[in-house]
Amino acid sequence: MDYTVVCRKLGKVYRQNTIAVHALADIDLEIPRQDFLCLSGPSGSGKSTLLNLIGGLDKPTSGEVEVDGIRLASLDKGALAKLRLRRIGFVFQAYNLIPVLTARENVEFVMQLQGVPAEQRAEKAMAILKEVGLSDLADRRPGELSGGQQQRVAVARAIVSEPSLVLADEPTANLDSRTAQALMELLVHMNTEHNVTFVFSTHDKLVMDFSRRLIKLHDGRIVEDVRRG
Amino acid sequence: MPSKTVRTPLLLTLAWRNLWRHRRRTLVMLFALVLGVWSMIVMAALIRGSMEQHVKKEILNLTGHIQVHAPAYRNDPAIEHRFAIPPALAATLHDQALVAASARVRVPAVVSSERESAGVVLVGIDPQREQGLSFIAKSITAGQYLSAPDDPGLLLGRKLAEQLETALGRRVVLMSQDADNQIADRGFRVVGIFDADPQAMETGYVFIGLVVAQEMLKIGSEVSELAAMTPDRMRLDAALTKMAAAAPGLEVAPWTEVQPLLVLTENVNNVVLLIWFTVVFAAMAFGLVNTLLMAVFERTREFGLFQALGMPPRFILGQVLVESLILLGIALALGNLVSWASVAGLKDGIDLSMFAEGFEMVGMSPVIYPALAAGDVTAANVIVVVLGVLASLYPAWRAARYVPVEAITRT
Repeated sequence: MDYTVVCRKLGKVYRQNTIAVHALADIDLEIPRQDFLCLSGPSGSGKSTLLNLIGGLDKPTSGEVEVDGIRLASLDKGALAKLRLRRIGFVFQAYNLIPVLTARENVEFVMQLQGVPAEQRAEKAMAILKEVGLSDLADRRPGELSGGQQQRVAVARAIVSEPSLVLADEPTANLDSRTAQALMELLVHMNTEHNVTFVFSTHDKLVMDFSRRLIKLHDGRIVEDVRRG
Repeated sequence: MPSKTVRTPLLLTLAWRNLWRHRRRTLVMLFALVLGVWSMIVMAALIRGSMEQHVKKEILNLTGHIQVHAPAYRNDPAIEHRFAIPPALAATLHDQALVAASARVRVPAVVSSERESAGVVLVGIDPQREQGLSFIAKSITAGQYLSAPDDPGLLLGRKLAEQLETALGRRVVLMSQDADNQIADRGFRVVGIFDADPQAMETGYVFIGLVVAQEMLKIGSEVSELAAMTPDRMRLDAALTKMAAAAPGLEVAPWTEVQPLLVLTENVNNVVLLIWFTVVFAAMAFGLVNTLLMAVFERTREFGLFQALGMPPRFILGQVLVESLILLGIALALGNLVSWASVAGLKDGIDLSMFAEGFEMVGMSPVIYPALAAGDVTAANVIVVVLGVLASLYPAWRAARYVPVEAITRT
């Protein structure tokens, strides 16, 4: 089977002074290509930590992560950045956008780093902004957008270059139910039509309802892994 | 790899917009940098201008650009160390490459009025040829300049005339040693009074006609020195070579050898400028590093986001450096412009005559005319850019080495 993400015996221990906090322990997880997966669990259960380790934003204390067959432990900082640029899209819970760039420029940002020509960038950025209902606000900077609008711009930026994996931490936070529904439909479309694998970390039932696989975390361990539909 | 042509506009856009996120802070830093650049360049222009005036004045004070002497003359400027001008050397006096050239008799003497006497240097000059070669022709403030090499008159400095309690039209006696080691003396009427800067030139020198001096000292057509002025005092090699070839057995020396103190002063000035540049830049560098560090710390989460989105660390480093370069570039452009305007505005000189005595003690003019030297402007610009970029490396390095997840979660 073709896996986008494979985690083996993944563990993460944070040290707070002399106290060791086990954020994740012995996580074995395989995420097939085109999966639409939701991580849930109470605060502190390790959802965000797992997303960060899969995205190569943090280093595990034990175990290893593979993305598209590439062992993250074997990559240096520059190579990790390159991997994220080419293969992974991120949506963070807060502080998602670059304040000095407009909504359109934020969406174009990753494509610009990838070296996509300006015309093509602008075209794709406007198309995706239209899909998230923000084409009229394309020239506004983040400070001139509401929290929900900023979140939609962040989602647009994460998916516009069609990465093989999108990691989204509470993507529907700050969105009203109607916008959240439309956004999730867009993500499902990206998932089914463009083979993008999605991993969400959320408390939102709507996101869970859209997901085909639900993983529950508790105290840094997987306590339930359910595939639906 | 993404092409650099695509990345560069992004880098410039981010750097430029980030600079103006805190407009007031950037403007304050910019003002400090402009002030620093201005102070570097204007200070250099003032020192260079003052030095240039000093050198020009010393060259006009009987130094010239090139001097020819008998080998022992410079150690012992006495009558016996005279020389006959070789024909080939005489021909070079008419060389088109020289602005002016003339022979002089220059020996120690005593000048006496009916009341006082003083030790001086007797200078026998060719009045016409001396024009453009030394200060004397343009310094007569009373009476008249000598008319010919055989003019029987004498030119006396104002201060010396006061010391001798004599005046224009009165007679004085010059006494020296002739070629036969006998006392040679002769009476002269004071036909002209001159002012000189420094005042030591007024009290230390008297001028008579060259032929008159040669007759008085019984040296025929021999002279003590030959001085020449060229179009450019910094390019003497060709003239020196030509004159040395025409004067075998004689000492042909550039002004830098004749007046080594001038070169030393110029070197000291260069060191003072370098120290000034370093002090000013050090002050600027602290401000620059502080501003950039603040900007980097404020944007910690942003740099984490950049890394999460796939921006390579070296690109983040580059972004901070470009911010610094833009700031330095604007500061240099404005600093150079303001400096140029300041120097242009001071073209009539800065009158520091309230400190005139102090200036005269070190042989400097109390009116300073700033002179922009391309080398100083280049040095100031290069120092600001090179050291500015070096000073920016630390904040840039800090920005590039954040761990993404730590940066993003920092509050």
